[in-house]
Amino acid sequence: MNIEETNLTQRRISEHLLKGRRFDGRKPLELRKLEITTGVSKNAEGSARVKLGNTEVVAGIKLNVATPYPNEEESGTMMTTVELTPLSSSRYELGPPRFDAIEVARIIDRGLRESGMIDFKKLCITPGEKVWSIFVDIFSINDDGNVMDAAGIAALAALRSAKMPKYDKETGKVLFGEWTEDKLPLNEEITPINLTFHKIGDNFLIDPTAAEEDSAESRISLALSNWEGQVMVNSVQKSNEAELSILKAEEVIDLAEKTFKELSERINTDIRK
Amino acid sequence: MDEEKEKNEGKRQVAIPGEIIKTGKEYLPGDGARRDGENIVACRFGLQDEYGRFLRVIPLSGPYIPRKGNLVIGKVADISFNGWIIDVGSPYTSFLMLNEYPKYIESDDLESYLAIGDLVLCKIHRTKRKGMDLTMKERGLGKIEDGMITTINSNKVPRVIGKEGSMVKLIKDSTQCDITVGQNGVIWIKGSSVEHELYARGAINFVVERSYLSGLTEEVKKYLEQNKIE
Amino acid sequence: MAYTKRPDGRKLDEARNMTAEIGVIPNADGSAKFSFGDTIAIAAVYGPKTMHPQHKQNPQRGVLRCTYDMLSFSVTERKRPGPSRRSQEISKIIEWSLSPVLDLEEFPNTVVDVHIMITQANASTRCAAINAAALALAQAGIPMKDLVTSVSIGKLDKTLVVDVTKEEEDYKEGEGATDIAMTLMSNNDEITSLQLDGKIPPQALKEAIRLGRAATKKIHEVQVGALKAYIEENKK
Repeated sequence: MNIEETNLTQRRISEHLLKGRRFDGRKPLELRKLEITTGVSKNAEGSARVKLGNTEVVAGIKLNVATPYPNEEESGTMMTTVELTPLSSSRYELGPPRFDAIEVARIIDRGLRESGMIDFKKLCITPGEKVWSIFVDIFSINDDGNVMDAAGIAALAALRSAKMPKYDKETGKVLFGEWTEDKLPLNEEITPINLTFHKIGDNFLIDPTAAEEDSAESRISLALSNWEGQVMVNSVQKSNEAELSILKAEEVIDLAEKTFKELSERINTDIRK
Repeated sequence: MDEEKEKNEGKRQVAIPGEIIKTGKEYLPGDGARRDGENIVACRFGLQDEYGRFLRVIPLSGPYIPRKGNLVIGKVADISFNGWIIDVGSPYTSFLMLNEYPKYIESDDLESYLAIGDLVLCKIHRTKRKGMDLTMKERGLGKIEDGMITTINSNKVPRVIGKEGSMVKLIKDSTQCDITVGQNGVIWIKGSSVEHELYARGAINFVVERSYLSGLTEEVKKYLEQNKIE
Repeated sequence: MAYTKRPDGRKLDEARNMTAEIGVIPNADGSAKFSFGDTIAIAAVYGPKTMHPQHKQNPQRGVLRCTYDMLSFSVTERKRPGPSRRSQEISKIIEWSLSPVLDLEEFPNTVVDVHIMITQANASTRCAAINAAALALAQAGIPMKDLVTSVSIGKLDKTLVVDVTKEEEDYKEGEGATDIAMTLMSNNDEITSLQLDGKIPPQALKEAIRLGRAATKKIHEVQVGALKAYIEENKK
């Protein structure tokens, strides 16, 4: 049973941050210990568990065959859902939740989609009739802040490790529970990463603990990836009510680029392990 | 004596709900235990403890059970016409009545003294079946203006305080912080800098994580030495 | 031909390999993970805390409230996220299977919330869920007169087996598959949940219950082992 974070501690968090320091000794742009494990749920086409400090999320990929959208007859489809489960925090029962699950899902979805990592055309089976549908479902298991970015990493790891299920062309049915050795048509060179910057006082930090998240006045999520050797911003979402000055927005864009360059190597290696 | 007790801590058996602690008509069930025929059976998860003829379970987890006279730290959750509703992290709310404030206040003035979100240090004046009444009328009680708060499970409070306050004193002296431990598991730390406060918080968490250990005092001394700040 | 050989080579009265772990969700007041082979359940307990909405409060004792759900990808064919009628029914069964051992007299007007998720499913999910929930409640320090242990007993044609898998659930020969999920108090011969689906002669049902009773002994050992290991871990 916990008393919610208090104004007192929040004040201390801000003060400490002015000196560029955080309670757990991290620098403002430093991630907590990151653990990625794939293949954690056998019935899924692909799955991954990500731990960022004490925050834990699991993501799973399920595939099915469906009819394509009328204006995209030769493309596969993808849907991302996020559930902020009541197991992960007492907050998600009584509210108000710090985040809206739908917002998280849409931000992660845009980041993955706009990066171009998935070749949706290769998911076409019969144009206008049958295409593969990817379902990315993410669940929070323990929320100690930054479920958003952890969810993005979990989705990426799950997609990369996913295997296509067997498909009977004659009957047009998926043979669930039986898999091929084929992976999803992904461009392995592209690594989409979502980074959410939280503003406390005049400082930005990433990967906040729950206490830090509560202390932030505003946040902005940027999804970046690398495209043909260049860093690209694929989606941006500024959330919360507080305003963000143009100067601060420019600062965060620079921080995002810098952080992405440092992290993408590392995350790639961790996922591939 | 403290060392003895600590050694025993390490040797205690685990109490599992439904399992027999000891059999014999001479024994009596204490807290967390009940009699089932000739057996004394655990009805809580924790550590078994024998005290004379009493067999009880030392809880390691579970909600805060308020007792009259307890020092508690809470947050103002709401204001009513005649007092403040304080959240002390217990299953029930607690109430600080207008006339338990250290000075005379008009009832339409409550908010200017204690607003929602403010932290207070109070004592439990009276317990009721579904809640408790608090008082702020003793010396040292009042609104908390500075420092930081950390929460631990209320069952670990005795460990953090130590026998006759020895553990908390050890931490206070090494970290040069004022530490006020609420019986409800909310702890107020005030030091000369955030670094000092974090140092104290680290030591408190160290005690909580190793609360089953024997020889804890020595371990804490080592921790404090290793993590000393200039 | 009688059913004598199980696809995974187990003896008829043998449960799958089980694991149990306490404290897997740091935010919760109590939490645990329990698995029967490939079926994995995690449970988180929050409470006792004041029950909202007020009209659901019980002025004489605390109330237990359970939610059971499956991760969408825990099963072979994706389950749409969110509670289904099946998960709502199972949530109620789980509440009834745990309530008899909980002593919430000291906590009137409160609720103890137990949330359970199946992260990987291969039948017997409600049994794994209940076993995880019992451990999570213990870790949360809720007063309990006993633990409860749950197991599935199957009748495949005429043969009784312990701890049914999905493959066994789908058995079609002879009298087909009958699935019996039961929960018993660990140290008393009291049943706290009993559900059945299939075709079974009354005498065989009695035998199934006795088989279940015997099977829960070993499962209970796994639960106790996890609670003890949790304390031992923290002693280091």
